[in-house]
Amino acid sequence: MSAVDLPVQADAQGVAERIPGLWKPPIVMGVFTILVALLVLVSPRDGDSTFRWSREGDWFAIPDVSLPANLIVWVAVLLCLLCTAYAAWRSYSRLKTPLVVVAAFALFAVSGFLAWAVAGKTLPVVGLLAGALALAVPLVFGALGGVLGERAGVVNIAIDGQLLFGAFGAAITASLTGSPWAGLVAAMVAGMLVALLLGLFAITYWVEQVIVGVVLNVLVIGFTSFMFSQVLSENAGTLNNPPHFPRLEIPLLSGVPVLGPIFFRQTILVYVMYAAVFLVAWALYRSKWGLRVRAVGEHPKAADTVGIDVIATRYRTVLLAGAIVGIGGATYTLVSVPSFGREMTGGAGYIALAAVIFGKWDPIKATLAALLFGFASNVESVLSVIGSPVPSQFMLMLPYVVTIFAVAGLVGHSRAPAADGVPYRKG
Amino acid sequence: MSEKGPENEPVENEPVETSDDRIGEGLMDSSSDADRVPEASRWHLALREITTGNALVAVLSVLLAMFFGSLMILFTDEDVRYGLSYFFARPSDTFYYGWEAISGAYVSLWRGAVFNDLGGTFTQQIKPITETLKFAAPLTLAGLGIGLTFRAGLFNIGGRGQMLLGGAAAAFVAVKLDLPMIVHLPLAILAGALVAALWGGIAGILKALTGAHEVIVTIMLNYVGYYLVFYALTRESLLQAPGSANPKSAPMPESAILPDLLGPQFNLHAGFLLAVLATFLVWWILNRSSLGYRFRAVGENPAAARAAGINVGVAYVSAFMISGALVGLAGVNQVLGSVTDGATSGLDAAIGFDAITVALLGRSRPFGILAAGVLFGAFKSGGFFMQASEGIPVDIVLVVQSLIVLFLAAPPLVKAIFRLPTKEA
Amino acid sequence: MRLALRDITKRFGSLVANDHISLTVEPGEIHCLLGENGAGKSTLMNVLYGLYQADEGEILIDDEPQRFKGPGDAMAAGIGMVHQHFMLIPVFTVAENVMLGHEATGFAGKLDLDAARKLVQEISERFGFQVDPDALVEDLPVGVQQRVEIIKALSRHAEVLVFDEPTAVLTPQETDELMAIMRQLKESGTGIVFITHKLREVREVADRITVIRRGTVVGEASPQASNAELAALMVGRPVELKVHKEPAQPGERALVISDLVVADEDGHVHVDGVSFHIDAGEILAVAGVQGNGQTELTEAMVGLAPHVEGSIKLDGREIVGRSVRKALEAGIGFIPEDRQVDGLVSNFTIAENLMLNRSYDKPFVSGGSLNLKKLDTFAKEKLAEYDVRAPGVSTLAGQLSGGNQQKVVVARELSRDLRLLVASQPTRGVDVGSIEFIHKQIVAARDSGVPVLVVSSELDEIAALADRIMVLYRGRVVGIVPADTSRDTLGLMMAGETPEGIES
Repeated sequence: MSAVDLPVQADAQGVAERIPGLWKPPIVMGVFTILVALLVLVSPRDGDSTFRWSREGDWFAIPDVSLPANLIVWVAVLLCLLCTAYAAWRSYSRLKTPLVVVAAFALFAVSGFLAWAVAGKTLPVVGLLAGALALAVPLVFGALGGVLGERAGVVNIAIDGQLLFGAFGAAITASLTGSPWAGLVAAMVAGMLVALLLGLFAITYWVEQVIVGVVLNVLVIGFTSFMFSQVLSENAGTLNNPPHFPRLEIPLLSGVPVLGPIFFRQTILVYVMYAAVFLVAWALYRSKWGLRVRAVGEHPKAADTVGIDVIATRYRTVLLAGAIVGIGGATYTLVSVPSFGREMTGGAGYIALAAVIFGKWDPIKATLAALLFGFASNVESVLSVIGSPVPSQFMLMLPYVVTIFAVAGLVGHSRAPAADGVPYRKG
Repeated sequence: MSEKGPENEPVENEPVETSDDRIGEGLMDSSSDADRVPEASRWHLALREITTGNALVAVLSVLLAMFFGSLMILFTDEDVRYGLSYFFARPSDTFYYGWEAISGAYVSLWRGAVFNDLGGTFTQQIKPITETLKFAAPLTLAGLGIGLTFRAGLFNIGGRGQMLLGGAAAAFVAVKLDLPMIVHLPLAILAGALVAALWGGIAGILKALTGAHEVIVTIMLNYVGYYLVFYALTRESLLQAPGSANPKSAPMPESAILPDLLGPQFNLHAGFLLAVLATFLVWWILNRSSLGYRFRAVGENPAAARAAGINVGVAYVSAFMISGALVGLAGVNQVLGSVTDGATSGLDAAIGFDAITVALLGRSRPFGILAAGVLFGAFKSGGFFMQASEGIPVDIVLVVQSLIVLFLAAPPLVKAIFRLPTKEA
Repeated sequence: MRLALRDITKRFGSLVANDHISLTVEPGEIHCLLGENGAGKSTLMNVLYGLYQADEGEILIDDEPQRFKGPGDAMAAGIGMVHQHFMLIPVFTVAENVMLGHEATGFAGKLDLDAARKLVQEISERFGFQVDPDALVEDLPVGVQQRVEIIKALSRHAEVLVFDEPTAVLTPQETDELMAIMRQLKESGTGIVFITHKLREVREVADRITVIRRGTVVGEASPQASNAELAALMVGRPVELKVHKEPAQPGERALVISDLVVADEDGHVHVDGVSFHIDAGEILAVAGVQGNGQTELTEAMVGLAPHVEGSIKLDGREIVGRSVRKALEAGIGFIPEDRQVDGLVSNFTIAENLMLNRSYDKPFVSGGSLNLKKLDTFAKEKLAEYDVRAPGVSTLAGQLSGGNQQKVVVARELSRDLRLLVASQPTRGVDVGSIEFIHKQIVAARDSGVPVLVVSSELDEIAALADRIMVLYRGRVVGIVPADTSRDTLGLMMAGETPEGIES
């Protein structure tokens, strides 16, 4: 911190070359370009790939696009090469590669891959994206909660437990009351209960937070599975038969081609998600509350010395985060599936955690990461429906592999909040 | 261990630690008259440690967790709920049903885990304890692996993936090769350990080279490993049983199955022997070998270890590889010992996560882990018995197990609950 | 505002950190609190600031008893603190740091950053600081960060300011500027408590001096008292302020460093083309304000630095590019600057710590297995030889006092056949008795023909040990000067200026 910070540009050449990761983007992009090219070289595909853009209810229909698969892939490879070359030129000039270029590259590479995979068949693009968004909802809520907790200095491995308990609470309460809204509230309370335990052990008793999180997940799995077998399955009609949130079409907006069906023909929880992402991002960076939360996560003692109650701030933030994750849990039993089932989250909480890290502890970026992961899993399910040459297991693996690359620093340097995971012990 | 960070994160500027008025300073200040703290007082401390300290807290944690387990049984028991429906008319019924439910549960837990007095023959009577040891074997093996990484300051949450890879590799060698047992079995075991070691090593290598946090990496590797094994189970060229549509391998051949320890009437197999041997081996590594010394040094203070010439990266990689091998042996134990009718993608049976609690309960000490493994093995064996005889879902074992670990990690909480004296700050 | 502490007592377990300490601070007065490391100064201030609760005694403001439940209460009562370790959040801007805890807000709790900026500018102008409210704190030099701390306290209308060891990280010139700021604050009626163990500074600004030792007030002294008097009061016995050492007998050229460049993981260059040499049997002391490349220089010498260019030749053999282990095996002894972080494993026993740098091979390891008997014998020997006060070799290192911990590190490093000793801040946070002992050991190593590099941010230590002095500033050598160079000259050099007649 107090190091002699000689400006990089002003210094000798040898120094600037030490900027870490400067050449990473072009190298990674180059590797992926080669991979996409290999697809057609090793296994060229016959037939046209058709992309369908429209859905019923659009104001006007965009016609399907149908082109030879190999041609699309080669165009994609070309575009990827252009991006890679640009990134290489930026690196050569000792400049960072803009995020837009990386995003464009990803778009081209993914398009190329999809064209190759669906050769001879039709890919419903809108359905793919709308489904991706729906799949990403619990991940986004989970990631938002994770970001909040870690920004306040509490590592939350128990996102999965919060999702599962939220789903469980929502199912029972909604079934009993007949109201999905009551179920939603119950899910938030359930998420907060797990958060309370996390806070109790991590904040008050200084137990290593990774341990608390892992053990809480086991606890929630054990408890909900026990209750499922012992109580829910015998009384499925009254206890595990929740009413669902209906799909809510936003007037006008839902008719916009492509965008409408993706973003504005969803359930209320998706619209809550839009609001939650915006609110969390705004509050974290622009409000007094956010300043204090970040202070407590970066340097709790400094916060304490200006009169901020570190313990209370952390508890409040973790509880709020728990409620947010709980909403994500509610999406399982109030939107996606008919009733609660054992371990029904299938480890989604861990993907949410991955999104937190991949999104560099930023609410917006973490949301984007969660959407990306939702996209990856939906690509897998869409491809397995229309039949694809790639084994589904490898598609399913993708989010996890990407996250490993991310934490290994291949995607970029990230810095966790300084006091993340460190309990505050007051003198 | 449970209160230590994996990387010894810089202790925040805690007044006690870093301000120049270190509290310890006065304790043995060089210019002090009472220089030496007499050895006798250490004995005193040790005694106090037993009464106010860990041993008691451990026992109380187990009791407390079982108490919560009892509550769950109580409130979900149908008879009890029936009794509650007319509680004010005849409260004694509720208490009677409650007592029945709980005592029934614990008696059947005992019968399933230790000694079944209802068994017709002596063999049937003592079978439960052998079942306990059977369940203890993989828990201990995986617990040893995870405990070893704890001692090196690392979290291995990747038990699931390592077990899957280890089990799958052992199954591959078992079903694809046709060899005499004396070669086949050891080869299959070794293959499992080796592949799991390499799989575990990934997390170590990434941490050593790029600083990637091993918690995230191992969690993600669980899923990657799961899908890899799943993939292998859908390909006949790899693991899938020929002619089968299920993602499952062929049954293990006799020549690659861990032999029974007590004859065919018991399920206990040589996997338990493996676990006991591994316990001694890990004890030696940690306490008597220079490698283990370096693990502990790196675990306690990686910066100091590095400054003293210890290659921290190599320590991370080797700790993770040994850990992976041990966890992999747990997978081998499952495939070649406990469930020999073919490997599946569920062969880990969540032991990879249970083992974390085993390592914590055993305080990352090898023999502690063996004891914890046997205790949780007993819970498991008894839990299955309880499920069969009393209809109480075995999942309650997970609840009790995780509560034990939580309480154990927070002694002040347990002391507060039981109103025990806490040690002076 | 008149502040009084009356009979403050604070215990940690059986240890009494503060034993009935009383002191008063009048408005417009600089009251110095002088004491050794570990005397209980910081504990007392943490009590005053509400971070600790006193077990006995009370705090009075204008004769009104106060109860501080936390720092918030203390601040509200008009007490401000400039902490030894800055209480600033590195990734926040100056304005955000200043406003934290008493933020001006608009609608829905929206931060009013403009108000904070104005506040920073207004206070900066009043005291002639140059502080950009929108700069990130982590990008600011240490001296400026300290001013942010002062602005932070003043923005809360502090009437009594506590400075806790504020000069440890400053150049002599910056120290002078700080003294000027203190006087300016005093003129404006602020009461100041100045905590330090540096005698020179005390005598320069103090109106009153209270000396504490082992948690109790041992007396008051006048600013006119001599260094020796103050030191004797502080330590409790007459102190030798100088180590007796014979003139050096330099042998052949042992260590030659040329064009050394050291950069960190992020590419920042910390050592920028440094060349020097050390002869056998000579101590080269490196002076400079903390953070001018000393740490990185020593780390490069033992192979700890990630990016090193140039050459380090020990007895003609290249060190650069070797692993730490190989560097140590080449005969380098290394006393790291922070024993808690780099020197010791506090949960290891003394014996285990003594083999930390020899965990691969003989004498303590053979065939991959530990030789515990040999280690035990060795540890017992060293415990006696280095006067480590501990119940036994199986005592955990973390339970030792700072001085005894440091002796364990010194014992470990000096008990091998050394070809070079690198000692970084060898006596930081150590009591006076241990300082003398450790200095003697270092001089003894020199006399046995070992070349020694000592890094210290204390000019007293530099003066006590050096045969030659090298001054580093911003990663470059300002000059290499004889041991008897005056303090003023060294001070100028530490600020990067090259005085007349000195070749750089």
